Amino acid sequence: MAKLSFKNVKHSYLANPQNPSDYALQDVDFTWSDGGAYALLGPSGCGKTTLLNIISGLLKPSEGQILFDSTDVTAMSPDQRHIAQVFQFPVIYDTMTVYDNLAFPLKNRGVDEASIKQRVEKIAEMLDLSGSLHNRASGLTADGKQKISLGRGLVRTDVNAILFDEPLTVIDPHLKWLLRSKLKELHQQVKRTMIYVTHDQTEALTFADKVVVMHEGQIVQVGTPTELFEKPKHTFVGHFIGSPGMNIFPCKIFGNRVMFEDYALEVHGEISEKLVVGKAEVGVRPEFITFSNKGIPVNVVKVDDIGRLRIVEVRHKGQSFKMVLKEGEAIPDKDVHISFDVNHTHVYCNGWVIN
Amino acid sequence: MSLELKGITKEVGAETHIYETDLVLKEGSFNVLLGTTLAGKTTLMRLMAGLDKPSNGEVWFKGQNVTGIPVQKRSVSMVYQQFINYPNMTVFDNIASPLKILNVSDAEIKARVGKLAELLKLSKMLDRLPKELSGGQQQRTAMARALIKNSELILLDEPLANLDYKLREELRDELPKIIEESGSTVVYATTEPTEALLLSGCTVAMHEGKVAEYGPALDIYRKPKYLTSAEVYSEPPINTAVIEKKGDHFIFNDTVNWPVKEAYKNISDGNYTLGVRPHNLSLQPNGGKQIKVNGLVKVVEISGSESMVHVSVDEHNWVSLSHGVHKFEIGEHVEMYIDIEDCLYFYKNGRRVSL
Amino acid sequence: MSIKTENNKAWFLIIPVIILMGLNAFVPLMTVINYSFQETFGDNVFFWEGLKWYDQILHSDRFHSAFLRQVMFTSIILSIEIPLGIAVALALPRKGALVSLCLVLVALPLLIPWNVVGAMWNIFALPDLGLLGKMINGMGIDYNFTRDPLAAWFTTVLMDVWHWTSLVVLLSYAGLRSIPDAYYQAAKIDGATNWAIFRYIQLPKMKSVLIIAILLRFMDSFMIYTEPFVLTGGGPGNSTTFLSIDLVKIALGQFDLGPAAAMSLIYFMFILFVCWIFYTIMMKDEGK
Repeated sequence: MAKLSFKNVKHSYLANPQNPSDYALQDVDFTWSDGGAYALLGPSGCGKTTLLNIISGLLKPSEGQILFDSTDVTAMSPDQRHIAQVFQFPVIYDTMTVYDNLAFPLKNRGVDEASIKQRVEKIAEMLDLSGSLHNRASGLTADGKQKISLGRGLVRTDVNAILFDEPLTVIDPHLKWLLRSKLKELHQQVKRTMIYVTHDQTEALTFADKVVVMHEGQIVQVGTPTELFEKPKHTFVGHFIGSPGMNIFPCKIFGNRVMFEDYALEVHGEISEKLVVGKAEVGVRPEFITFSNKGIPVNVVKVDDIGRLRIVEVRHKGQSFKMVLKEGEAIPDKDVHISFDVNHTHVYCNGWVIN
Repeated sequence: MSLELKGITKEVGAETHIYETDLVLKEGSFNVLLGTTLAGKTTLMRLMAGLDKPSNGEVWFKGQNVTGIPVQKRSVSMVYQQFINYPNMTVFDNIASPLKILNVSDAEIKARVGKLAELLKLSKMLDRLPKELSGGQQQRTAMARALIKNSELILLDEPLANLDYKLREELRDELPKIIEESGSTVVYATTEPTEALLLSGCTVAMHEGKVAEYGPALDIYRKPKYLTSAEVYSEPPINTAVIEKKGDHFIFNDTVNWPVKEAYKNISDGNYTLGVRPHNLSLQPNGGKQIKVNGLVKVVEISGSESMVHVSVDEHNWVSLSHGVHKFEIGEHVEMYIDIEDCLYFYKNGRRVSL
Repeated sequence: MSIKTENNKAWFLIIPVIILMGLNAFVPLMTVINYSFQETFGDNVFFWEGLKWYDQILHSDRFHSAFLRQVMFTSIILSIEIPLGIAVALALPRKGALVSLCLVLVALPLLIPWNVVGAMWNIFALPDLGLLGKMINGMGIDYNFTRDPLAAWFTTVLMDVWHWTSLVVLLSYAGLRSIPDAYYQAAKIDGATNWAIFRYIQLPKMKSVLIIAILLRFMDSFMIYTEPFVLTGGGPGNSTTFLSIDLVKIALGQFDLGPAAAMSLIYFMFILFVCWIFYTIMMKDEGK
């Protein structure tokens, strides 16, 4: 077990990268602390799989260093690094039994039979696979197979980190849920560093203690689910996390006052005109907008009732806002105004938060 | 009356895939088929389309018996979960292909494709090949191809399942608007309850090859007739437990009891199944009518605005979903509160108690 | 209420194929079956002989030795070509610009007509002129495939291996290519040795194409005719007279149509039987 650090890691799939857009990964400098549950979240093509492959050693970065504690492992192969990985599609050894599958990494490392047996049985117990230990692995359902892939990582005592590459893709939606909580439970039992790559915010936020949000080859924010939710550092995070995403609309800043159209907005923290170079925007999550007697006058455009919540779309001139109402909250019929929660209203300049 | 299934069944070998089903879908209506994988959604759609013949029963379309009439002779379009496009044709040719078969004039093809491409935001990429598009664009192209021939019946089989989270959100928003214009009868299959509620049409809740219930999405959500439809409609799953009614009290776990609602006073004594939706199981009293139960925390998942706490209440594994961030230690004893007014009660045969 | 449900037009479209199949498979087969029960001396005069020819063939030493030779030949070439084919397939590059070049080179022998292969090797192996023959003799080994049965066998096997290993290579390569990268990555992470990767990933994933490769090579080699006929003519003596060569000798050399018909049916039934076994194994595998 070890702390995992990235020192100015860059990667390009091109032989001679010229400008920043040639890099799939642009200057990542980051430390994964030992035993953490991380999620690496971003849309397809944001570089998250590249980053994952660099950690596991399947890919050597064009520039920079990777350290495990203080050992430079940049040039080491996956098994020298003691990293386990679970892939998008379950990888199992078809001809072996579940037991042999789980025992395989240990056998390859010359562990004695008795310890293998003990270890495999313990892990099988954790994964609820004890009953099918002596069945052929190929006969299992997708979630069973995925548990085996995970189990092969867990049986090893020397593993520094376990990586998950969108592991729930082929799992039935109603089982996803179960497997996700199983993962979380396992993390709490074994306390290994786990890094979970996904484009699905629900998976990321529910699994991880710390979420690393990536966008166009860069890490835009690292934070707990709450931090990402309450104070997105970048409009992309606001938009990408949360369903519906953050409302982001243009504003003007005069001195330390923020104006949307003709309405002055109160925002969280200090703001100053000097900080603004370029496009200024305000971001408020739908959860932090409420109906009120004063504030910005709006028309209600659309109401989606999803049972326990209602998603309401309102409009002021050309700008529409989405808001989330809890069950039972009423929508006024006329003279509708909205106001924002001061503590959760943020100002962004060129995408980055400034207040 | 547009599409009518009269007592259809589908058996394959000794297995029954669809049990006897009667269903009437109104002309021009938007219908959602909701159910887990293997609930029989795809099979039912194939029967509707005429890709398969029912083992028994008849399919009627616009007052005509169309049982066994092959799909080519019906006015049906289908969109699949995978993005199916002709790989060597441009987006324009892909969308135009159904019209070319129908010998529509070039000028008209151009006009219709242009209009639909506009609607589906594909105008800028009409000259590209499918492989040069993102997943969302590929699926839009497939949808455009299904929509262009103005079929009377459009079947969409989990069309958004393979898309990134945010794209799914976006496309789900646009879809009803796009389809509304066509005036076709639409059937949309999905595994996600939220999607069914957001698309807000009539929902066919399916469970293990049977239609559990048919009706407006919200009505089923609020007042399911059966336990199975409540289960199909709840994500995370609805919490259930067997309780006993004795006189004018319900008794849970021998210790907790509460008075029976006035309306249910006359149901006979004995065992019932209690259904508590995750958001009706809270971790703090909310001032409403609640009863207290004790639980043991197993897993905590935080998704920014909401927390999901998995607890075991005696032998039951339950989930609580609440607003805000709540932190608990694993293994901690917690007091939980059930909103007793919002609970559902079911008879032993699975029917909901409703008087 | 009954409705005409399916469009049956398609059946008309395959009538020409059915007629063609009838003419070139069913009719000749029936003729052979007919011959195998009768004796003829020409002029279209036939005498009923019952199972006599079958009895004769099954008890003939000549058939036994030809059959044995055939089984031996097939076993030898299978046990060389399959492992060699897999080995070459494993050695081929998995991606890059070299792939197509290698594949073309490997496929080259498959493009040469069979009788040309026979003629090529005949010249190649001639002890006095041929490159191969001269080289072997030059090494001090007495090699003459027209005189020495062992040399004749060696040459025939070598020729078949040269000609057909490519097929096994191509099939195995296709099988290997279908293995997702994740498997290799997982194996690396699990610390598997190259042998373990082969044994637990590559071989199981190649299994179905390998069965097809074995089946094809079995059928082809069991029916081999042109190449040994051109190379050795079945000699020296009868040492390389395989079943089909023997069959042609009986049918066209001696014009014994009855016994030849009976022999070809036995031959055919045997191949059919082995193919059926393969088919069963394959289906059983698919059922899993």
